[in-house]
Amino acid sequence: MLDIEEKLKEIGPYVPEDDDDLLVCRCEEVTKGEIRQALHSGITTIEELRRLLRCGMGLCQGQTCGTLTRRLVAKELHIKPNDVVLATARTPMRPVDMGVGGNDRGLEEDAVKGGLR
Amino acid sequence: MKKTADVIIIGGGIVGCAIAYYLTKKGVKDIMVLEGSDSIGHGGSSRNGGGVRQSGRDPRELPIAMAAVQKFWPTLSEELGRDVEYTQKGNLRLGKTEAHMKKLQALADSCAAGGLKLDMISGDEVRKISPYMSEDVMGASFCPTDGHANPLVATLAYYLKDIELGVHFYTGAMVEALEKVKGKVRKVILKDGTVLEGGEVVVAAGYDSRRIINTIGLDIPMTPLVDCALVTEMEPEMFPQMLGTAAADFYGHQTKHGSFVFGSESGLEEFIDVKDPNDMRIQHPATLGASCRAIEGWIPALAKAKIVRSWSGILDMTKDGVCVLGRPKEADGLVLACGFNGHGFGTAPAVGYIIAQTIVGEDPICDINPLRYERFYEV
Repeated sequence: MLDIEEKLKEIGPYVPEDDDDLLVCRCEEVTKGEIRQALHSGITTIEELRRLLRCGMGLCQGQTCGTLTRRLVAKELHIKPNDVVLATARTPMRPVDMGVGGNDRGLEEDAVKGGLR
Repeated sequence: MKKTADVIIIGGGIVGCAIAYYLTKKGVKDIMVLEGSDSIGHGGSSRNGGGVRQSGRDPRELPIAMAAVQKFWPTLSEELGRDVEYTQKGNLRLGKTEAHMKKLQALADSCAAGGLKLDMISGDEVRKISPYMSEDVMGASFCPTDGHANPLVATLAYYLKDIELGVHFYTGAMVEALEKVKGKVRKVILKDGTVLEGGEVVVAAGYDSRRIINTIGLDIPMTPLVDCALVTEMEPEMFPQMLGTAAADFYGHQTKHGSFVFGSESGLEEFIDVKDPNDMRIQHPATLGASCRAIEGWIPALAKAKIVRSWSGILDMTKDGVCVLGRPKEADGLVLACGFNGHGFGTAPAVGYIIAQTIVGEDPICDINPLRYERFYEV
């Protein structure tokens, strides 16, 4: 269980750093400073960070910034990198045209049976 | 951790976070929110299509949806200090067949009876509003005051504001049971054995609410349904309306970011036996393809849009399709706000306000009597 208030007291307020304007997530242009500020205002998981700032939500789905973000979370929240839960991997892993996604006719019969259409 | 609070809210989704926020506005100081998972907004709050919709609502919920649109959404970004991307450019519910149009007309009539302004428009009028809609679209219902917002940010915006206002949040705080003391619901027992005591206990825990209130002998006839959603890469601005269809084969909108978010049903897997409502890694392999075909069928121009991610979530479906709000008569000290049937996001600010009113003893801005717990058991 995590007591958010206690955690915020423990890590202290956000203090700007020289390289806070560094881009961590290039796809969605999220900076180190934005991530650090979020962590010092009550965000405690990568899942929440992604939803608030969109880091790791772009075309590469966090393949570039995932490790950086994980290390930032560990450092700012005073937890072990191993204890930072990674973002859930989501299908389709690489961007796929909607036209291609809809062209899985092999499954069509199953889908019709399943009531999908 | 604190062991007592004036109000204990079980569930750190948008409803729980909004209740906490409006309670602070009403002067309640000692509020505790318990989130079972590690992340705020882990459930339906962050997994929905972002609709802020009054059209198509059950008459019992319509006044709450209208209050949300009239009194809360327009000023929410300013109030919470974060852009929740509220866009009020209307909702198009599309139809392709005569049967669809009949269904849309019935929904429109029901909403008009509740005082909502909404028009039935032709296919050509639909394409005037959005030229990207398929030539197959025969018509639509159009509610100009509907819209959409960003559910991920809106949920966390309430949460971060709550933190500023001194609300006590705990994540990974899974509730095992409730307990009455001298006939009043007071104790909240966590999975790790911690015992908490609240002056009032609010259950806003989505489908898990059923398990939690069962521990004091209450039950809501509801069942989980698994739905799926997908998001595309950024696209140039195409249309700002919220979309739905009479076929109910998809719903969604283009976000401020430029990506399209669409939700859809997931066939047989929709009825999968959900063992753990906090684990939502359930997805039918055929869903993505079926969603894509549905979307392309209504908006052919999106065939080239690239999907970057898909996910699933749980809908807490009640027997009669609407939520349960307020104080059950047989459990003094307990307040319910659950069973939103997959459309609780748009009403969340108004629900939060109404529940806060209920707790401090004010007359709520909307009549919630039709949504009372007892409705399932009255003869």
